[in-house]
Amino acid sequence: MEPLERYRPIVDDFDAFLEACERPLGNAARVNTIKASVERTLEALEEEGLAYEQADWNPRVLDLETGSPGSTWTSFHGFTHGQEEVSAVPPVVLDPQPGERVWDSCAAPGGKATQLAALMDDEGTVVANDNNLGRISALRFNAERLGATSLAVTNADARNYSLNRFDFDEFDRALVDAPCTCEGTIRKNPDALDNWSEGAIASVAGVQKGILRRAIQATREGGTVVYSTCTFAPEENEAVVQHALEEEDCRVVDFDLDLEYSPGLTEWDGEEFDSSLERTARIYPHQNDTGGFFVTKLEVTA
Amino acid sequence: MSENDGQRFDRLPATPAERTVEGRVSREEVVDYFEDRFGIPPETFADYTFWEKGAGKIWIYAGEAPTPLEIEAIGMTCLRTRQEHWKPTTDFVQRFGGRATDCVIELDREEARAFATGEDQEIERWEGDWGYLIGAHTIADDLEPIGIGLYVHGELRSMVPKGRQREL
Ligand SMILES: C[S@@+](CC[C@H](N)C(=O)[O-])C[C@H]1O[C@@H](n2cnc3c(N)ncnc32)[C@H](O)[C@@H]1O
Repeated sequence: MEPLERYRPIVDDFDAFLEACERPLGNAARVNTIKASVERTLEALEEEGLAYEQADWNPRVLDLETGSPGSTWTSFHGFTHGQEEVSAVPPVVLDPQPGERVWDSCAAPGGKATQLAALMDDEGTVVANDNNLGRISALRFNAERLGATSLAVTNADARNYSLNRFDFDEFDRALVDAPCTCEGTIRKNPDALDNWSEGAIASVAGVQKGILRRAIQATREGGTVVYSTCTFAPEENEAVVQHALEEEDCRVVDFDLDLEYSPGLTEWDGEEFDSSLERTARIYPHQNDTGGFFVTKLEVTA
Repeated sequence: MSENDGQRFDRLPATPAERTVEGRVSREEVVDYFEDRFGIPPETFADYTFWEKGAGKIWIYAGEAPTPLEIEAIGMTCLRTRQEHWKPTTDFVQRFGGRATDCVIELDREEARAFATGEDQEIERWEGDWGYLIGAHTIADDLEPIGIGLYVHGELRSMVPKGRQREL
């Protein structure tokens, strides 16, 4: 937990934060409405004798009381997919519509890409990309299990992604669920901080900036880009968005989210950020008893 | 006629008459097969396109894409052709098999469990066609497809792929 000390000045009730980080997380699952409605899924869970609790902010997100969430009929049928509660936030903020063209730039293993497809009623095009071929096989497995027919899967570096392979030359929306230092997953992976270093933060921040810039360029004017990470480091969050504001045509916009969270920072370590960074969301583990996440919604302005 | 290129996705021709690749099936034949064998209404597929990548492997896709296309995947694999008996995939059957009216075998609790773990089992009561059947069971008051099976000589062989099998 030592690396997290640097966040003492920015986290309200830091002791509660640390204490939450040390508590393991339960089994969260998302209802996959491509395969079954929420109602039918809940009925199937009850039939199997599995207790659940629906998240207040999103009826499709469940907390499951079972030791083996992968060995249930609901999971076998693809009615449910194991996905951490906060990990379901970015697609909801992106708010894709049926028929649209959506880019998931860092998509493997596909929890959010299949959620995007479900939010679009599996109508339209979700281009699910990842640069890691091994992780793409997990993405493909999940997509087929969940019955997502609107996904097109590509294997490329998102930083210089080419749209030449398709007939269209821009997306309506893009999600950048960036590779990051994963500090916020400490409750799921107790060794998440083992290789923590400021150098690792700096190097992944460079990749994040490149991917976010490309996502903004590849999205139409008036379109939406959501940038998210599962880490607390401002270098990977506000500083990356600040860089995009300086280099690309976009602005930070508000969004509604029925969860407790803190506003993004406007300064860190002597660096000042645009005041609009306050509209981004820092979700800390102690606020909703979840993992940690950072989410930003951008509107493309040219 | 040209040869099939196994490295890329090619959209299926609408009808057999429009075929340009040796041995490639048409959209019409695929949709007819699902209707003839399983009674799945052809309208089900009105908004989907069908593609071949890899010899005989057919994919179903709801999105936009030009043909040919060299990417990792589009939509899901749905059917294996270029063999005597065409074989639907378990994931396709789970996604679209709910609309089937024929060649659906209803399994009780224990049978369903065995089917999902990949076991073969004797089932004498089936009086329909032999060959590929949709294994289904009742869950939350409705029949739900589990996957694809092969019925021969009084035995239902589970064709649920290894990676999809589960102890339930
Ligand atoms: C946080 S994970 C994505 C999780 C995924 N969105 C989900 O919900 O299942 C980040 C992903 O980014 C991928 N990645 C890293 N660098 C990349 C790059 N330059 N271009 C594309 N993907 C990249 C990693 O392989 C990893 O799968």
